[in-house]
Amino acid sequence: MKRLIIAVLFFVVLFAVWDLAVRSGRWSAILLPSPVAVADYIWSALWDGTLIDAAWVTLKRLFIGYLAGVIIGLPLGLLTSTSQILEDTVGALALGLQTLPSVCWVPLALVWFGQTEGAMLFVVIMGTVWSVIIATDNGTRNIPPIYARAARTMGSEGFHKWTRVILPASLPFLVSGMKQGWAFAWRSLMAAEIYVTILTGFGLGHLLHYGRELNAMEQVIGVMIVIVLIGWLADRCLFSPWERFLHRRWGTNVKAS
Amino acid sequence: MASPSTSFPGEHPAKLVINDVSKSFTPSRVLVQALDNVSLTVAEGEFLCLIGPSGCGKSTLLDIIAGLTRPDSGRVLADGKLVEGPGRQRLVMFQESALFPWLDAYGNVMFGLKLRPDLTNRERHKIADYYLELVGLEKFKHAHVHELSGGMKQRVALARALAPDPQVLLMDEPFAALDALTRDQLYDDIQRIWMESRKTIVFVTHNVREAACLGDRVVLMSPSPGRIAEIFEVPLPRPRDINSPDLAGYAYRIAAALKGTLVEGAVSE
Ligand SMILES: Nc1ncnc2c1ncn2[C@@H]1O[C@H](COP(=O)(O)OP(=O)(O)O)[C@@H](O)[C@H]1O
Ligand SMILES: [Mg+2]
Repeated sequence: MKRLIIAVLFFVVLFAVWDLAVRSGRWSAILLPSPVAVADYIWSALWDGTLIDAAWVTLKRLFIGYLAGVIIGLPLGLLTSTSQILEDTVGALALGLQTLPSVCWVPLALVWFGQTEGAMLFVVIMGTVWSVIIATDNGTRNIPPIYARAARTMGSEGFHKWTRVILPASLPFLVSGMKQGWAFAWRSLMAAEIYVTILTGFGLGHLLHYGRELNAMEQVIGVMIVIVLIGWLADRCLFSPWERFLHRRWGTNVKAS
Repeated sequence: MASPSTSFPGEHPAKLVINDVSKSFTPSRVLVQALDNVSLTVAEGEFLCLIGPSGCGKSTLLDIIAGLTRPDSGRVLADGKLVEGPGRQRLVMFQESALFPWLDAYGNVMFGLKLRPDLTNRERHKIADYYLELVGLEKFKHAHVHELSGGMKQRVALARALAPDPQVLLMDEPFAALDALTRDQLYDDIQRIWMESRKTIVFVTHNVREAACLGDRVVLMSPSPGRIAEIFEVPLPRPRDINSPDLAGYAYRIAAALKGTLVEGAVSE
């Protein structure tokens, strides 16, 4: 409770300072809109549907791309953790490409797919898949070997061992990996939407981009706030509770975030 | 070097025959001779304790008996058959609880039972209930692993190892991480269970009293290279109380010999 009050106070102060800075008149309102103007924009854009529509378009892309990234990355990560050859090839590739900021995929996506939905998905998948591979690989490698040994003595082999021991044992690490993959997917999609205009859908990134073109700073900041909120909610509601629950029950205490 | 007499006196047939087993590791270019020509026979229904300073190859020997590790040379026979891999006739109970945290206590006991196609589901549930009750945890059937105390975890691990009805139970310092009070209670339990089920048990420990309390025989191992140094017989009646004075005499003799292996080891290095 006390922590909540402190957090609320912090944001109230933050907005007050922002408001004061605007009122001081040192910066033009075009460069620095007041918090009220931003709130106004968010409110009206919520009611006329532009924000909802854009968020829907963006989230649909995000879900599809992310899902594809996980579906591709998970098995690949499991494979690289079992085979030295795959680890030295696919694993090394994933490690390298994971360091590549996902914006760097945008030019390639444009050349290959043009200004299409496919380009968006491609960038999101490239942003997700490598980190999912690496997290899965790490997770299955970090399983206490004693689980596998105990399972072997009881006669668990092959497919049974994978589905009943290795996968559940690595679950906390898999969820951590999926959370990381989600964060990457989110960032890469925003980059793609800001850089690429496509006609099939108008996402949050486009809204942000056009805010700048129209010199509507309250729109730019308003959309930024919405993007932060969506990312924060996904983390708080989708991943962190799961992650904490699993790590606690599994006794794998990786720093709680 | 001739190894000391390794046969168990009595009319029981041999359950496990360990024949000239050697195993070495090279963790960092230095060769570690974990086991050097170890031979040992364990009789059917015997409770055998393996004791020795840490690093003398107790766990390695247990793993080889379990079939989890291959010896460099020599062989292990169980019921006269060559051990070539793990099998549910020889189940292992480890020092740290190797319970699966994604299952509850019941699920853990069921794990090995589900891998026995010869049982019906109803039989499996009956057996799991029976063993959870045997270790006194029927009330904690649906408790998750992280909700159990250290002693309870090891009880569940014991039930899990017993449930598939193995003939040999291999226990690697199963009580080492527990407090003394919990341990004393488990000594009673394990003796009771052993007397009822007459399994063959190989029990690794580095606690002299524990060895004297539990073992029909106590096999003392010496380190670098891992060898059998001496074998003690403990012909005390059961159930034994770990604090009894009779037991103290045996423990004392084993402790003296154990100290001897340490001094020897220090000199040879
Ligand atoms: N997997 C392994 N890799 C390298 N060295 C090992 C391995 N297992 C055991 N050893 C070494 O073999 C020796 C005996 O180990 P262990 O059987 O665990 O002894 P104990 O259980 O009696 O303490 C030790 O010196 C240990 O470092
Ligand atoms: Mg050991």
